[in-house]
Amino acid sequence: MQNLDTLVAQASADFAAAGEPAKLEEAKARYLGKDGSLTVLLKGLGKLPPEEKKSAGAAINVAKQAVESALTARREALRQGQLDAQLAAEALDVTLSGRTDPRGALHPVTRSLERIEQLFRSIGFEVADGPEIEGDWHNFTALNTPEKHPARSMHDTFYLLDEAGKVQEDVLLRTHTSPVQIRYMQAHVERYKHLETMPEIRVIAPGRVYRVDSDATHSPMFHQVEGLWVGENVSFADLKGVVADFLRRFFESDDLKVRFRPSFFPFTEPSAEIDVAFMSGALEGRWLEIAGCGMVHPNVLRFGGIDPEKYTGFAFGMGPDRLTMLRYGINDLRLFFEGDLRFLSQFQ
Amino acid sequence: MQFPESWLRALVNPPLSTDELCHLLTMAGLEVEERRAAAADFSGVVVARVLFTEKHPDADKLKLCKVDTGEHGVLQIVCGAPNVAPGMVAPCALVGARLPGFEIKKAKVRGIESFGMMCSARELGMSEDHGGLLALPEDAPIGTDIRKYLNLDDTLITLKLTPNRADCLSLTGIAREVAALTGAPLTLPAIEPVAAVNQDTRGIVLDAPDACPRYCGRIVRGVNAKAPTPDWMKQRIERCGIRSISALVDVTNYVMLELGQPLHAFDDAELSGAIHVRYPEPGEQLLLLNEQTVTPSADTALIADEAKPLALAGIMGGEHSGIADTTRDLFLECAFFTPTAIAGKARALGFSSDASHRYERGVDFELQRRAIERATQLIVELCGGQPGPVTEAVSSAHLPARQPVRLRSARAVKVLGIPLSADQIGKLLAGLGTKVERQGDDFVVTPPSHRFDMEIEEDLIEEIARLHGYDNIPAPPPKAQLAMLPLPENRRGAMAVRHLLAERGYFEVVTMSFVEAAWEADFAGNAAPIQLANPIASQMGVMRSTLIGGLVGVLAANRKRQTERVRAFEIGRVFSRDPAGQPVTGFRQPQRVAGLWAGSALPEQWGAATRPVDFYDVKGDLEALLGVSRRLTFAKAAHPALHPGRSAELLLDGKEIGIVGELHPKWAQKYELGTAPVVFETSLDAWLATVLPTYREVSRFPAVTRDLALVVGRDQPVEPLLDALRSRAAAVVSDIRLFDLYQGKGMPEGQKSLAFRIVMQHTERTLEDAEVEAGVAELIEVARKEFGAVLRG
Repeated sequence: MQNLDTLVAQASADFAAAGEPAKLEEAKARYLGKDGSLTVLLKGLGKLPPEEKKSAGAAINVAKQAVESALTARREALRQGQLDAQLAAEALDVTLSGRTDPRGALHPVTRSLERIEQLFRSIGFEVADGPEIEGDWHNFTALNTPEKHPARSMHDTFYLLDEAGKVQEDVLLRTHTSPVQIRYMQAHVERYKHLETMPEIRVIAPGRVYRVDSDATHSPMFHQVEGLWVGENVSFADLKGVVADFLRRFFESDDLKVRFRPSFFPFTEPSAEIDVAFMSGALEGRWLEIAGCGMVHPNVLRFGGIDPEKYTGFAFGMGPDRLTMLRYGINDLRLFFEGDLRFLSQFQ
Repeated sequence: MQFPESWLRALVNPPLSTDELCHLLTMAGLEVEERRAAAADFSGVVVARVLFTEKHPDADKLKLCKVDTGEHGVLQIVCGAPNVAPGMVAPCALVGARLPGFEIKKAKVRGIESFGMMCSARELGMSEDHGGLLALPEDAPIGTDIRKYLNLDDTLITLKLTPNRADCLSLTGIAREVAALTGAPLTLPAIEPVAAVNQDTRGIVLDAPDACPRYCGRIVRGVNAKAPTPDWMKQRIERCGIRSISALVDVTNYVMLELGQPLHAFDDAELSGAIHVRYPEPGEQLLLLNEQTVTPSADTALIADEAKPLALAGIMGGEHSGIADTTRDLFLECAFFTPTAIAGKARALGFSSDASHRYERGVDFELQRRAIERATQLIVELCGGQPGPVTEAVSSAHLPARQPVRLRSARAVKVLGIPLSADQIGKLLAGLGTKVERQGDDFVVTPPSHRFDMEIEEDLIEEIARLHGYDNIPAPPPKAQLAMLPLPENRRGAMAVRHLLAERGYFEVVTMSFVEAAWEADFAGNAAPIQLANPIASQMGVMRSTLIGGLVGVLAANRKRQTERVRAFEIGRVFSRDPAGQPVTGFRQPQRVAGLWAGSALPEQWGAATRPVDFYDVKGDLEALLGVSRRLTFAKAAHPALHPGRSAELLLDGKEIGIVGELHPKWAQKYELGTAPVVFETSLDAWLATVLPTYREVSRFPAVTRDLALVVGRDQPVEPLLDALRSRAAAVVSDIRLFDLYQGKGMPEGQKSLAFRIVMQHTERTLEDAEVEAGVAELIEVARKEFGAVLRG
């Protein structure tokens, strides 16, 4: 039986040496074919004496199975090798760029406006909107700005010509978003007139505003966000709390310094300018004027249809253009209005 | 308002550093806008007298000087200043002196030793003047440190005052405020009436008492108009930013700066008869001190004598009645003009004056007598002269009222949100320096005559907040009524639309709402846009009625910067006149969304062929973004901005919402755009409404697909055919779409082949062949009958 072990070893070695399927089939024929050595041995069993036949037959079958499984394993290995070669040939340069049409981006100021809206929505402020060609009454009179106030001169405010080419006195391009205060208060009062006590007004109004001014730090058109909170118990301390909280969230800076400094606006009293100072970065430690605010003037509440004895409120107006410049380190306001894609694509 | 710190400290001197003082002022609402040193940081410069000069032997423009520097000796100095001369007193930097940027050393100048340097004002950082040496008075003490002599260790503070704080347009006003804030004692100059030494007076008639309720006048005879202004006064007014002119003029300016009361001095010899404060005669003209001839409006008060107008009341004096070097007798005017009479008048004439600036904001109406006495006192001191008595004309009825204002402590607490007691409030009000009467927890405050901003309770609450300190008001998290905001699912905001467009590849731009008139004509066919009355430039002269101009401008600008592929959008208002327009009557100002795509369809890349963008790229964007669950259709339409054969109007559920198309080639050429971009413009509203999803049953049975190629005339638009097929198809047809379009070789001239894929499916059973064939046959019949289509063989 020594012979059979040698035969199996020889067959396995021959299979392993066959590098391709045809060679393997040739090797298979040498052992398992019609004249293969194992076939010949099986055929020779009949010549053996009956007492040897059984054990010899069993031994040959064991050897045959061993050879067949070696053959199967080798076939599988060759097939796998072929597949590997094929896949290797199909390989891509995965470092080539993908087929693409890149996304665009929101304007950086809009990006800020969206954050501003989200922050104020999170404490229950709605977002309102108002016309940009505005009535003189809404822009000035209802905001307690007297007839002879310098802001009403053509030096500061854009006016329109009527169809006959004459200056139209009663309309203008709004100089601030504050007229939305009046429109919103009036609508709110109307909506809740059936109630003894109206729900609080909490609203911000972002939008474009216009002033006769143009240089490196002023654009004749710019953005503003108005804020208004009117209720039965809204105080100057609340104003400080809300605005300081907003500024720290907006700039994501808990150590941002915020200060309120007495100032004057016709439509608020007491009034304040809001300054911030960063604790790091290029502008570290410098006070930067960022918004105006105050308690809504009783006359303004009255113009909005609200009883100033029962309700108090605060309002603020801030410049999202400036907030955006500070947030992203932009040093020239004019970039916002030039549409240069090299600039805009930085805000993807 | 600019002033030197030293002057303020002469009136009130709290134990605060310059920094602390500036912070105090800023936090009290008197914002320190700027502060700078009166001179540069230097040392080792003394007062010196030039004893002797001679020409430098080797240089034409240099002089060899002997200079007396007192205890530092007589020095040899080479000097190049044109005005150096024997006897001149000027600053001299000694060897070892440190000047801005350099140190003085013993030097040889063209071979001659020099032991110091004579200085100009610029070299000492005092002004930009470097025309020559800074000439000092002859009696300046030789050898004294110039910093000490000229009081150069001083700070010039500029306040940015809000219009309600006119009371701080004077040193006295600022000092009063600092005293109230710090409790430091106020030491104002004593003003004693100057006794009349003659009885000469000039009559004063208030013909316009509403404009001028109080006018004080006084004649001073025999003044020396050529008397010099003393250094201390000159220094103070110059450090307030006012040029020294002559002693008489300087005194009027000095008193204005000190007290806040503008004064005017007339040459009495030029006056005839009584002084009238009156409104002008029609067409009356006046030549002003600034050499401008004006025709004052009917509501502008004049100062006049019995023959002629002399001055614009409270604004500016006239050229002919002003004082000059030759003036002997002067007439001093010290009046109160009401803010409403002065407001806006100077600006309307195109200038501003220190007087009008103060009067239009409010001058203390009880100050005039004190101010005229103060001015007389200084004039007599500096220029001599014999004053007559003060004549005062007053119309009490026209003086501003100072009505008592009631302040309720509880109201102050409610508005400010801090628990101040009535006692604390009382203490704060005492700082106002005016009459305060306590009634229980209420206070009745009579506003002082120098404050024009205390009329209602809120004004007093503001004062309390200010005096208490805004910094000392806490900033707690606010308490609010909680109610969720509405969140309608079938609406989205403009912000969401911006994100859709940005994700799709468009960059948002913000362009001006006012544009050049040509854009309106070219891109909107609008020959009569809304015009601005006062545009800052002609290319921003009209309000836009389309956003396309702005986008074309953005494209042109980017092309100039070599950016070829541009995808941009803008959301903004457009403006037009419409009698029915609201909420501002007469104007329609809806918001629009517009986009522009120029250059290649895809950015140049290895994996995709390059081709220029076309109509269908942009249409595809609109369908993908706007046509979801809503019926978005396109109809051929002409538009002034667009290529007549490549433009369409958009209909959303049958309603016109905007346009899309290739920009007209003539505009591409005119605006130097290269190839024409594809643009669209729609109402924003169309984008904001979305559809709340509703469930339709999903079939579990297999779908059957049939392809159908139909040959139609080349001019046959696809959409009506597709619409007809869809609307007439059997209920089992779940989808019909065009998947191929062929025209050209193999097709008869003037024909095209349209290949449709038809999907049929039943929700409750498998379809039978006969049903399918009947469904297809029905569609072929519709196409044949209504569109003359034949089945492609």
